[in-house]
Amino acid sequence: MLNRLLKTSILPLLIYWLLGGACFAELRGTGDLGVVIERERGSVLIIETSTRSILGRVGKLGDLSHASVVFSRDQRYAYVFARDGGLSKIDLLQNKLVRRIEQAGNSIGGAISQDGRFIAVANYQPGGVRIFTSEALELMADIPAVYGDEQRSRVVGLVDAPGRQFVYSLFDAGEIWLLDMQDPSRIEIQKFTGIGRQPYDALLTPGGRYYLAGLFGETGLALLDLWHPEAGVKRILPDYGRHDEKLPVYKMPHLEGWAVAGNLAFVPAVGRHEVLVIDTRQWRLVKSIPVAGQPVFVMARPDGRQIWVNFAFPDNQQVQVIDAEDLTVGRTLQPGKGVLHMEFTPRGEEVWISVRDDNQILVYDTRSFQEMARLPAVTPSGIFFTARAAKTGL
Amino acid sequence: MRRRFLLLLVAAGGVAAGEPDPKRQQELRSLLKNDCGACHGLTRKGGLGPPLLPESLSGKSDAMLLQTIQEGRPGTAMPPWKPFIDADETVWLIDNLLRKR
Repeated sequence: MLNRLLKTSILPLLIYWLLGGACFAELRGTGDLGVVIERERGSVLIIETSTRSILGRVGKLGDLSHASVVFSRDQRYAYVFARDGGLSKIDLLQNKLVRRIEQAGNSIGGAISQDGRFIAVANYQPGGVRIFTSEALELMADIPAVYGDEQRSRVVGLVDAPGRQFVYSLFDAGEIWLLDMQDPSRIEIQKFTGIGRQPYDALLTPGGRYYLAGLFGETGLALLDLWHPEAGVKRILPDYGRHDEKLPVYKMPHLEGWAVAGNLAFVPAVGRHEVLVIDTRQWRLVKSIPVAGQPVFVMARPDGRQIWVNFAFPDNQQVQVIDAEDLTVGRTLQPGKGVLHMEFTPRGEEVWISVRDDNQILVYDTRSFQEMARLPAVTPSGIFFTARAAKTGL
Repeated sequence: MRRRFLLLLVAAGGVAAGEPDPKRQQELRSLLKNDCGACHGLTRKGGLGPPLLPESLSGKSDAMLLQTIQEGRPGTAMPPWKPFIDADETVWLIDNLLRKR
């Protein structure tokens, strides 16, 4: 009798509870999730912005200094690009590493294709781009960045672009390459040479029309109009700062956080403590805004009303907020020692800031500038929210 | 003047300079990891800057490394670090951190 009761009622109930605990109770979306890189531990935290909480940690991801992340288009998986060439696929719902490959010796970042099918990685060593399937991380194409006399260049500024394309820059060669993935079995490469010395990073305008590469080796920036690649790469701001002594740069700026408000773009100057404001209709300099140090990230709040800026050593304890209307610094915050990155919630009411030396992530309200939360993290650096999945060029 | 004296000492065979105190040593370790590491990699395997592993530096003299760190390398992205690290500290950093794993 007891045996029968167990079999008919308690056992199914037990199974239901066990399964329920493992799956059904966790039914949820991923639109308010994200990851924070813990650079020295080689791990990432999975976070949720709605409750400002940490959901889990995934480790053994390799050397995560200068790591970056893209998301699958269903926003369930995060792809982590490690400095040591590691490429990891993480399941945000199950809080686990799905697959990790070591695809190169030294790499700088990557992108996911417009259709979500391919992951491209920019490598320093061996210099070039490798393309993998997003599903299984199987190698699909290997494109060495060869220039001159069979030399290999380091690759920077890799972004996805509309029309199933990838665009990137060759730091050592001074070239921009456009990869057409329309037919993945026959990838076409268009090369733009002589675009300027030492392109160090690049960005794509929202919507994906313009690819803009910053130059370290000379003044100005290189601009490619992807609506008219036949027109070639042109140089903008060629005379900016030409006759001035450059200040030392203790950390290279990034161009990833493209900042646009109306027709204005905001980019970090190199070797000057300024944020440059560029009119994107004429591609002319409108103003240079003096700031607290060498800018590293210059990022627009999603509505474009504010521009948030962090800085290179030795000014990396602070963050400044530029008013996009009057083009002046309206606010200076002191989040703590070693501010490395900032990420806005999808619609921008809050911003998450990583503070490396304090082992903290700070969350600010972007309207009141009130500190809303502090979360513990071990030497946090990059912060990436799943809303990036729907943005071209991020 | 002081730096020239140190350079001579270093060139003459790496005589140990005055050691930074333990707190400062920790700051220098952190600086190497985070700030040198911004270009040369957290594990010093190189990035936009060249690798700084002991084997990659084995052909470089102490005097050259001291000069490079203190004054930077004009024409490259390497900035001068002397506003933040004095010559004694640089010598210690070369001997105890850069030349070792």
